[in-house]
Amino acid sequence: MSWERGELQTIACARRLAGKRSVFIGVGKPSTAAILARMVHEPGLVLVYESGTIGAKPHRVPLSIGDGDLAETADAVVSVPEMFNYWIQPGRIEVAFLGAAQVDRHANLNSTVIGPYDRPRTRLPGAGGAPEIAIGCPEVMVVAPHGRRTFVDELDFRTTSGAHTTAVITDLGVLEPGADGELVLVAVHPGVDAGEVRAATSWNLRVADELRTTDEPTRRELDALRDLVSR
Amino acid sequence: MAEVVALAEAVDGLVRDGDAVALEGFTHLIPFAAGHEVLRQRRRELELIRMTPDVLYDQMIGVGAARKLVFSYGGNPGVGSLHRFRAAIERGVPRRVEVEEHSHAGMANRYVAGASGMPCALLRGYRGTDLMRHTRVEEITCPFTGEVLVAVPALNPDVAIIHAQEADAAGNVQLWGILGVQKEAVLAAQRSLVTVERIVDELELRPGGVVIPGWCVDAVAAAPGGSQPSYAHGVTVRDNDAYRDWDRIARDDDTFRGWMEDRGLAGARA
Repeated sequence: MSWERGELQTIACARRLAGKRSVFIGVGKPSTAAILARMVHEPGLVLVYESGTIGAKPHRVPLSIGDGDLAETADAVVSVPEMFNYWIQPGRIEVAFLGAAQVDRHANLNSTVIGPYDRPRTRLPGAGGAPEIAIGCPEVMVVAPHGRRTFVDELDFRTTSGAHTTAVITDLGVLEPGADGELVLVAVHPGVDAGEVRAATSWNLRVADELRTTDEPTRRELDALRDLVSR
Repeated sequence: MAEVVALAEAVDGLVRDGDAVALEGFTHLIPFAAGHEVLRQRRRELELIRMTPDVLYDQMIGVGAARKLVFSYGGNPGVGSLHRFRAAIERGVPRRVEVEEHSHAGMANRYVAGASGMPCALLRGYRGTDLMRHTRVEEITCPFTGEVLVAVPALNPDVAIIHAQEADAAGNVQLWGILGVQKEAVLAAQRSLVTVERIVDELELRPGGVVIPGWCVDAVAAAPGGSQPSYAHGVTVRDNDAYRDWDRIARDDDTFRGWMEDRGLAGARA
């Protein structure tokens, strides 16, 4: 069965949720991955969205974190102060997915500006919930497209700390922090080699001695993903 | 005690030029009709406060109604950029806007402090980020444990404006579905206006519903469909196509201007 790199990225994210109790997600790939994980790996996985919906069971991928489907299917709907103070800050949500415009070698993230803060070339949306999610949730996984504009030597602005990040999952492979916290390429997706990933990274990316190759998507994973995105 | 009045009268009485105005609603119950009425009445020099500026604040910023923006996430949810917000910050079009930005947790706790009558709130946040240097937060040491925390200043807007599903004739308000920070915003503000889908004889209490007593609200106005293209859970549906279309409308200065003029929202021509 043939597949796209973006599909494998989503499937690789979903696999990482096997055995987890709860995941905090925004919209886009992480949301697709979390719903897919409920379909394929972890039916009891609790999906938590920033909008205050805890235990949402969306039937299709929501456009926004405020879609009515999330509130209608949630176990509980809480206010925004309660979401951050009672649920995120004490570490009740096991894993969080975050995205960003820029990622550095320590998995710190920029989602605020490209260029100087006071006169940005590109004004990005800003922090949202990310700074506190990144330090509140025990485990953080970053999802980003792999390219030199994203994987930068130096962030234009540090919006979010990478201290709790356990994996950066891209469309080319998977990076994990080494003993000193610097990201190491630990897996490439099928058809990708380490040279391609290093060329798409602005810093001199370390490569693990035993570089793995991500398992090909199974028929079950691909069928479920394609069914989900077609709804 | 809330007066139940027409929307135009409520805005005329409660919103003044130069006010710090919070129109809240976290991806749900966004008070579009009230925001548009503020624009029809040509209120200017506003300090616009909102966790997620969304399309409504893109419109208000785009016609030059804001002198300052206080926020935590300025994007079009699920679509991408807010182009008028970007134009103001990147190019000063139609004018420069002062920016004070926070995280969601910071903004939420600022409202909680405001609603609680406290000068600040504490949280574990901001540390390890560049936000610390660019916004109004301070480190503070917990007197009991010695942990270094962050204090955020209370937010007490001049006016809070929210949208809800229902109010009764006495102005008691009920909203349900995604709750956001609307209750905190109303209790933190000096003055408040709630628009509602419908006025009912008696509130029927809903599971997970939040009731704001009418004596905490200044004005209630009926505005059926008043949160579209956002939505009122159980009453209207989010118009996702309108959010997608906004990307095209707001991307171009002239297209935006024409769209706003056609709807009487652009104010007087400069």
